[in-house]
Amino acid sequence: MQEEQRVSDGRVVVGAPRGATTEPWPVRGLLIVVAMLFVGLFLIAPLAAVFVQAFSEGVRVYWGSLHTPDTRAAIKLTLLTVVIAVPANLVFGVAASWAVAKFEFIGKSLLTTLIDLPFAVSPVISGLIYVIFFGIHGYLGPWLARHDIQVVFAVPGIVLATVFVTFPFVARELIPLMQAQGTEEEEAALSLGAGGWQTFFRVTLPNIKWGLLYGVILCNARAMGEFGAVSVISGHIRGLTNTMPLHVEILYNEYNFAGAFAVASLLTVLALVTLVLKSFAEWKFKAGLKST
Amino acid sequence: MRLLLRQRSILPGFGLTLGFTVLYMSLVALIPLGGLFLRTAELSADRFWAIISDARVVAAFRLSFGASAIAACINLVFGLILAWVLVRYRFPGRRLVDALIDLPFALPTAVAGIALTAVYAGNGWIGRYLAPLDIQIAYAPPGIVVALTFIGLPFVVRTLQPVLEDLDPEVEEASASLGAPRAQTLWRVILPELWPVLLTGFALAFARALGEYGSIVFISGNMPMRTEIVPLLMVMKLEQFDYAGATAIAVTMLMASFVLLLVINVLQWWSGQRHCVRRS
Repeated sequence: MQEEQRVSDGRVVVGAPRGATTEPWPVRGLLIVVAMLFVGLFLIAPLAAVFVQAFSEGVRVYWGSLHTPDTRAAIKLTLLTVVIAVPANLVFGVAASWAVAKFEFIGKSLLTTLIDLPFAVSPVISGLIYVIFFGIHGYLGPWLARHDIQVVFAVPGIVLATVFVTFPFVARELIPLMQAQGTEEEEAALSLGAGGWQTFFRVTLPNIKWGLLYGVILCNARAMGEFGAVSVISGHIRGLTNTMPLHVEILYNEYNFAGAFAVASLLTVLALVTLVLKSFAEWKFKAGLKST
Repeated sequence: MRLLLRQRSILPGFGLTLGFTVLYMSLVALIPLGGLFLRTAELSADRFWAIISDARVVAAFRLSFGASAIAACINLVFGLILAWVLVRYRFPGRRLVDALIDLPFALPTAVAGIALTAVYAGNGWIGRYLAPLDIQIAYAPPGIVVALTFIGLPFVVRTLQPVLEDLDPEVEEASASLGAPRAQTLWRVILPELWPVLLTGFALAFARALGEYGSIVFISGNMPMRTEIVPLLMVMKLEQFDYAGATAIAVTMLMASFVLLLVINVLQWWSGQRHCVRRS
């Protein structure tokens, strides 16, 4: 009797797999509500707050606070930093992933771990190491001072700290992608007589372009928004060594909230654009992975 | 070069790319980091210990580790729910929420800091409803937890999502057809499968939270002994030109980060192993 019941039970369950492998609807509804509440409290509320605060004193104040000379200088410095740091890390990322993904060598796993190093280091420490190294009491400080080169509390230091904080992004995206793609296509190109650079530009680069874009987008977002490392090394000199995130801090500490949130809103728009581009690249990237 | 190469490859550029990679990383990261350790080596052990065991430093370490652990726990629970909902259920706005998960990666930390302060301060949208209940978030330790939860939010969700997508539905069907109620299947079949990934996400969120500076300085109020985190203490020491103090704290912090990095690598290796075993 019991045996039969179990069998028929089994049949009912197998016949209705949807009900058996998902939760009952009240549980589903509750989980969705809890998840959305969490997203609302921690993501959407602060996101909305930036724009509400930025426009709290009207569009004119908003516009005005974006057009002060200090704000303009901060925007320029941020762009300058990005224009140097992102291409440098792009070249590094491609070179590093070529070496790691296409060859076998001793110490490879150590190298991949070291590439992730900046993610494990506090941004403050990232800035601190350059202050210790290039600062006036540091190893190269006296020599730099004699030759009248300023690194700490100047633009080169800001660029260096930004490069340090953002160098893993491109390499991290490319290494798994290039490893998955293997070396067969490049070998075919080479055996057909293509040169090394030609193989890279015409075979490898088209294969990795979406992954590369993805890495560059993340690298760019972090380079523009880096606060801790840059804050330690910049010296906060208004109009000279003030990047956009540092300028937000200065305005905020002066109780110029509308101004601080106005500059912050620019960075937020940038973050949203980053998310859109990222979703797009991800979608292309997944499509690319499926087709290979 | 022949020695380094274990397998010979016909692809060119090994020397060039590896050479450039090692040179670049040495100049940007390894030499400056080495400088930090050399600086600390100049300190005597007694002096190092005196700096590290100072009451204010100990309080900062306790706060940093405690708040990071609480925030990572919050992310563990809600990240699991969020990842599950995003992978398993279909509801309007799912894609939008899925894209928003990465916001903490993309939003500069300073912006996150002032925005969270605006929301959770006593006169903010959420803070105003908590103030009558005598719950203070901004300018108090809970504010630090809120900011660290924000910063660590993507880690658990993003490490879990691919694993949830890959879960073999047959295992759940087998469990259900053997008569297990749904709750039992979740608890005894699915959750054990997820533990290594959950721990990886937890460790990543924790490691990120430990070093966070940008968002905390705005929301914490920065009161010594009460709401002063370790990275902030380093900045304070630097501003007072106390380089010895800053480096000693930094090296201690780095050690903790390296241990965490090791733990994360082991966890990832563990979950990779389980994944392979299941696949084969």
